[in-house]
Amino acid sequence: MAQPESNFKNMFLALFTVTFVAAAILGLVNERTKAAIARADIEQQNLAIAAILPPFTYLGKSYKSLPKDEKDSLQFFPAFGKDSALVGTAVKTYSKKGFSGLVTIMVGFTTEGNISGFRVLEHKETPGLGSRMYNWFSDKNKPKQNVIGTNPDKSNFMVMKDGGSFDAITAATISSRAFLESIRRAYDTWKSEKALNAPTTVKAGPTKKGGTL
Amino acid sequence: MNRMQTFLNGLMKENPIFVIMLGMCPTLGVSSNAINGIGMGLATTFVLVMSNLIVSLVAGYIPDKVRIPSYVVIIATFVTVVQLTMQAYLPSLYASLGLFIPLIVVNCIVLGRAEAFACKNGAVLSILDGLGMGFGFTFALTLLGSIREFLGTGKIFGLTLYPENYGSLLFVLAPGAFIALGYLIAIINKIKKA
Amino acid sequence: MQYLIIIISAILVNNIVLAQFLGICPFLGVSKNSTTAIGMAAAVAFVMTLSTIVTYLIQYFILDPLHVGYLQTISFILVIAALVQLVEIILKKVSPSLYQALGVYLPLITTNCTILGVAILTITKQFNLIEGVVFAISTACGFGLALLIFAHIREQMELMNIPEGLKGTPIALITAGILAMAFMGFSGMV
Repeated sequence: MAQPESNFKNMFLALFTVTFVAAAILGLVNERTKAAIARADIEQQNLAIAAILPPFTYLGKSYKSLPKDEKDSLQFFPAFGKDSALVGTAVKTYSKKGFSGLVTIMVGFTTEGNISGFRVLEHKETPGLGSRMYNWFSDKNKPKQNVIGTNPDKSNFMVMKDGGSFDAITAATISSRAFLESIRRAYDTWKSEKALNAPTTVKAGPTKKGGTL
Repeated sequence: MNRMQTFLNGLMKENPIFVIMLGMCPTLGVSSNAINGIGMGLATTFVLVMSNLIVSLVAGYIPDKVRIPSYVVIIATFVTVVQLTMQAYLPSLYASLGLFIPLIVVNCIVLGRAEAFACKNGAVLSILDGLGMGFGFTFALTLLGSIREFLGTGKIFGLTLYPENYGSLLFVLAPGAFIALGYLIAIINKIKKA
Repeated sequence: MQYLIIIISAILVNNIVLAQFLGICPFLGVSKNSTTAIGMAAAVAFVMTLSTIVTYLIQYFILDPLHVGYLQTISFILVIAALVQLVEIILKKVSPSLYQALGVYLPLITTNCTILGVAILTITKQFNLIEGVVFAISTACGFGLALLIFAHIREQMELMNIPEGLKGTPIALITAGILAMAFMGFSGMV
């Protein structure tokens, strides 16, 4: 069949049909993958929490808390031991000041506020540069980089360039600043949550921790 | 051109990166290590094959003046399919490839093959062309990725071959990509002439 | 102040070609002489700014409210293709010589990763409309800057004695690498 001539009606019809079919196909694929995408996200999240907190028996109900002067809240995941005592809290925090925008970090705090671990959940930082956040800031052999075990009350959580205690990733100062900012934000919010709350021991099973929801 | 020739064409004679030199952006941007190279290469191959197939089937029905926008929409559809599927089932690969997945849409190789080959040939040949070009692209990406990963961090595919301290960080960064590819093409040109 | 950071970042620190690897095809293809380079940069700047505005509106007024975020790639690229078509028509009427000089590279602006890249980055960096426009214009300036410097260098290289195997693309890439290294010097600034 010869190619139809390029008059307005044919052009419009062809382009419209192609786009319509395309959108329909994508709608279908989107429906099919929506559940899997949501599941993949939650699984990443639970894996992250388990990896960064001291050993715990169960996760309490998660709650949100709004950092001071911010529009987006952080999500808190309290973890409890066998005797229902609080073991630690994982906080899903963020910084919008990454090199390529939003950086999402999951950081774990012990009950004293020491960092027990962290995971980089989401980022669009340059591969090989900002993407090295995890390896760099958890390097046990480099005390000037390692944040694990430190406490934001005792160490200045900024890059050395800005007067802080931590070495920035080589050639990735912006990513480094964003990372440290996200942890500061998490810690400050964690501290104010702790101040708002009663004793950390809860008697019966998984419960809300009494923070804001 | 018979079928085998069509397929092999994309691998060697008209290798998209080393010979025709299209698709540079993802090549430099995603080849910081071998795994990213393979992941990106295979994702692009899928889009190439599917879009070549569809374009070869519908090219006859599309008026000449809207053919580029139409091909682009077809390509964009398959890129989004890849995006969604990766997000659902391979989240860590999706996270490391980042912005470059939607950019497969503007990978000159894909539109280039649709324009130059798929709209003028049958479905089977178009699929083979897509496979050949895709694998040629994947091969180039993986090769460059391995070289950069090796020189930059002492690993290939995550396996440590020498301590990272002796690696030259430059190769994992932007300048290293340019330089590594430049020398690689020079070496290949030399081999071709010999 | 905010805008100054965006501008310096886009032109120098995160130069779209030398640091983010977008726009390599025209970078290597059109940089053989400086006049064409400037023409190309201007065309890209125009399309980039316009498309950032339109795609921003599409994302926040159509895609998000209707929850059809997965149609982002398709809708964005359609907008860009249409805009390039528009620029082609305008250029043919306003400056036929530039139109001739740009030749096949003009329709190739559609597949210029920088345009789609900037449109997507504006959304992921969550800029508002004004910040987005500033970002687009600055990125286009960065693209033009890299293109111009590179074109001048290549013009000089024509006069030099280059080993056979390195002639053409290889030496261009290696030069680009050294240029990228130089631009890395800006990295602490922002």
